[in-house]
Amino acid sequence: MSSYLFRRLLWFFPVLFGVSLVVFFFLHLIPGDPVLMMLGESARPAQVEELRHQLHLDEPLYVQLGLFFRDLFTGKMRSIFYHQPVFQVITPRLLATFELAVFSMVLAVIFSLPLGIISARRKDTGWDFSFRTFSLIGVSIPNFWLGPLLIMLFSLKLGWLPVSGRGSLSHLILPALTLGMAMSGFLLRISRASMLEVLNAPYLKSARAKGLSERLVIFKHALRNALIPVLTVLGLQFGALLSGAVITETIFAWPGIGRLLINAIFSRDFPLVQACVLVIAFSYLTVNLLVDILYALVDARIRFRGQK
Amino acid sequence: MKKPVFYLLIGILGIFLIMGIFAPWLAPYSPYQQNLCQGLAPPSKAHLLGQDKLGRDLLSLIIYSARVSLLVGLSVVVISALVGFLVGAFSGVMGGAVDQVIMRIIDLLLAFPGILLAIALTAILGPGLGNVIFALSLLGWTGYARLVRGQVLVEREKAYFESARAIGAGWLRIIFRHLAPNLLGPVLVQASFGIASAILAEASLSFLGLGTQKLPSYGALLNHSLNFLRTAPHLTIFPGLAVFVLVVSFNLLGDFLADYFRVEEKAKKGW
Repeated sequence: MSSYLFRRLLWFFPVLFGVSLVVFFFLHLIPGDPVLMMLGESARPAQVEELRHQLHLDEPLYVQLGLFFRDLFTGKMRSIFYHQPVFQVITPRLLATFELAVFSMVLAVIFSLPLGIISARRKDTGWDFSFRTFSLIGVSIPNFWLGPLLIMLFSLKLGWLPVSGRGSLSHLILPALTLGMAMSGFLLRISRASMLEVLNAPYLKSARAKGLSERLVIFKHALRNALIPVLTVLGLQFGALLSGAVITETIFAWPGIGRLLINAIFSRDFPLVQACVLVIAFSYLTVNLLVDILYALVDARIRFRGQK
Repeated sequence: MKKPVFYLLIGILGIFLIMGIFAPWLAPYSPYQQNLCQGLAPPSKAHLLGQDKLGRDLLSLIIYSARVSLLVGLSVVVISALVGFLVGAFSGVMGGAVDQVIMRIIDLLLAFPGILLAIALTAILGPGLGNVIFALSLLGWTGYARLVRGQVLVEREKAYFESARAIGAGWLRIIFRHLAPNLLGPVLVQASFGIASAILAEASLSFLGLGTQKLPSYGALLNHSLNFLRTAPHLTIFPGLAVFVLVVSFNLLGDFLADYFRVEEKAKKGW
């Protein structure tokens, strides 16, 4: 177990470094002069030079790289638009995004797991067909369409929920439904397939043969093993939630990191764009690392593979 | 999946393809023809799906948008599959350090969740059809490369592979003559899902204002409709429905192809 975790952690840091390296080169991909692009053609030469110096673009590339990492670690990287260190701008937005992502995830799990189990237990019935149809719709419906449709129904027509903004729980429901829909569809599909596989396993036959009730067979024996693939998907889908948040937050004016990223793009605040991309990628990698650790704790096979 | 459903899917996708190719002949109006006096007009006999805020015919805009969606979807998939196939085959065949380096580069690209890298790239390179296709292909090839590499690792252990090597066949010949036909099924399945994802990604970028700005696109249409949810719901309903049907059809086609190739494989093995 510990050697597995050690190897997993050992791989985590080079990936973080690689991701930072890719993000560092963003500024160098800009066609033309990045400083002029940020400030506009009408900027005064003194302004241009000041920003060029602030971004270390007047240094050789290897020095720029070193200074980029120094600024990143010491929190000195500054937003051009907000005139503040980027992490000060990002932290409250990141919390708002996590609030939305976690609530979406919880909604998706609460909704799709039971439906997946029912779908597997009643395979090829009308219930199974309708849940699978729901899953297909969930996976395919674009969140930039679902969001406005939900606003039209629940906010404008019925007047039950607010159109946009952040505050109470009622503000959270529509964005979370929009963001979690694709995940629900995906989880339903995975939990159904995984449950179907487990339901035919020999150890379930022996569990039934020793006289356990069906409820115990499902909840004590089948579910634990069926949950393992679901857990992996949950980690991977968290990344989809983070990138999906960019659109959902734009629709619902949710003050998260996704909306901040889009605003930073349109105000040509490239240091803030770099920082947002880095923070989102880091969050995704960290959640995946945590899921892998959890996975190892749940699945004995991985623990033993680690010991070997 | 039942055959009638498959024919229905082919029919729907055929309609979108015809819409994309023959848009100038099929669209009742030019998508650029404005009529400000009739801005936000609901569906009528003259304009079956209504008009947008500039008075442009929504049906014509939807027909033209199919062009961008399919162009991006197909281009991204063709480029990704080609690059992915070559890189994956090269990686699998070379093995060792080369294989490790290529796999780590793929891991690195996959560390950016969803379309985040595409958002960042289009933000930096600027909006435009070419940049959108480039940004989406930059991530798209990784899935194909992994698939092909995995298959190469399996196939290179088989007797025919060794026999081909023994009679002096080069790696390129082995890859294209022997390996490529075996990979057709899995690559087609992945391509079908890939087109659906690329269409969604393009629409998402356009929705955020980072996609193709000069050409009509479903994402941009939906973005412009956000301010008129109460007064002109048709601007949200119809373009969204079009992109949804397109994506569902490609996803279902992927499911169908996956079933088909699984059955074929079983038949080959005599199951």
